[in-house]
Amino acid sequence: MSVSPTELLIATVARLLADCRNVVIGNASPIPGSAALLARELAGGAMRLTILGSRRHTDFTDGGVETFDRAAQGRVDAFFLGGGQIDGEANINLVGAGEYPRSDVRWPGSYGSAYLYFMVSKVILFREEHTPRVFVPRVDFVSAPGTSPAGVHRPGGPWKLLTGRGLFAFDRGRKRFSLESVHPGHTVEEIVANTGFDFDRAGAVPYTSEPDAHVLGLIRGRIRDEIAETYPKFAAGLAA
Amino acid sequence: MPILPFCTLDEIAAGVPDGAKIAVPNDPYGVAVAATRALVRRGPRGLHLVCLPTSGIQADVLIGAGCVATIETSAVALGEHGTAPRFAQAVRDGSLRVLDATCPAIHAGLLAGVKGVPFMALRGVIGSDLVARRADWKVIDNPFAPGDPILVVAAINPDVALCHAPCADRQGNVFIGRSRDLMRMAQASRETSVTVEAVVDGNLLEDRDRAGATIPAAYVTRIATAPRGAAPLGLPGHYDPDAAALARYARAARTSEGFRAWLDEWLAAEAAAA
Repeated sequence: MSVSPTELLIATVARLLADCRNVVIGNASPIPGSAALLARELAGGAMRLTILGSRRHTDFTDGGVETFDRAAQGRVDAFFLGGGQIDGEANINLVGAGEYPRSDVRWPGSYGSAYLYFMVSKVILFREEHTPRVFVPRVDFVSAPGTSPAGVHRPGGPWKLLTGRGLFAFDRGRKRFSLESVHPGHTVEEIVANTGFDFDRAGAVPYTSEPDAHVLGLIRGRIRDEIAETYPKFAAGLAA
Repeated sequence: MPILPFCTLDEIAAGVPDGAKIAVPNDPYGVAVAATRALVRRGPRGLHLVCLPTSGIQADVLIGAGCVATIETSAVALGEHGTAPRFAQAVRDGSLRVLDATCPAIHAGLLAGVKGVPFMALRGVIGSDLVARRADWKVIDNPFAPGDPILVVAAINPDVALCHAPCADRQGNVFIGRSRDLMRMAQASRETSVTVEAVVDGNLLEDRDRAGATIPAAYVTRIATAPRGAAPLGLPGHYDPDAAALARYARAARTSEGFRAWLDEWLAAEAAAA
């Protein structure tokens, strides 16, 4: 059974979520959503999971604000953020490219990033497109800063960065990413060439491990059926 | 003697004067699309749109139709159908003032508005470029623990809240279910205009199962009946978003000519249905 890039990402995110007990998935996030459903399945159900935009997988009764109010007291272990631009200090830009406010390319906006990046202990940055236009030396607009000076209340922050080419860890003290693994079919050289900032790496970087037959079966079966409620188009694209 | 708030969509539109600060909910939770169509037909100018905390096709159409001077939002996007083209164009033109926010800051400002206090404190956000752009946000020192900087955001009290809900009773109480953001929107706003799928018999406040999820008539200024009034967006538990219609809008609105053609057709459809 060959593993598709999407399946590898789902399995990798599920591995990262293995120890998390309270996970919230934001809007328009089919891969993190599938991964969280998989992680919950592999944990024997020992995970409280909220998928925004899903009717079945949300227990909120206080409206949209509940995402933030839960995070406020540390009730959310993991959350996913992306960005039109991400730089080497893990600053993220969801507002636009070019000079603000008349950005040449305007993206939707910062959503809850400027809050959740501070309040959720394990924020996983997820961006499939791994190119120099995304991974820039310095973002044009800081929607949410990667790190904060001492004295600023910040229980959470960036933890990992997963792209279509590899998996990085973020060191909040040193304000630097380090490359943990390269996805099969990709190379360190290719990642260096497509990343606009410097990052740490060992002499030999391992490949991202692929899911076994059991996990793959879950992704192609039960998880595909579950995520279809929220993301029918995406689910249809997952192989049977 | 109570003033019954029942009216037509055109009267709801007439209740949004030029320059009004108007609060709207985000896509899944009761966007008053049919009322927005009546509003665009009236053609107000200079609206200040407060999105709780984001918006989609509603904001994009109002911006494209030239009704909006200022938008206060955490994002404008068409969900799975991509970026909001009229919003992006207006940003490039410099014809739209954007008060860029982050979701919980809009919720916090509205909550301050509900409580009648001048501001609300909020964790996070410090160090974001959003802060310097907002005259109504400030970082202060925690008065109870000096040396702890914290963001405060000014209260938001919209002129009109505009939303769509499953039903109202004849006393003017409005059932909102789990969409609790609509309650705070109504409480913070000077007036609240609601469209509903249907008007039901009985009194929602006497229904123990539904009373807790009901906006009391005291907050409600106008109610108009509009079956499928959130379409092409959805209404939880009633109907799903119409993906094909939203995709068609996303494609058409990429150019101003395409948007204009879509708008003409949309406005004509309402006239036919009325």
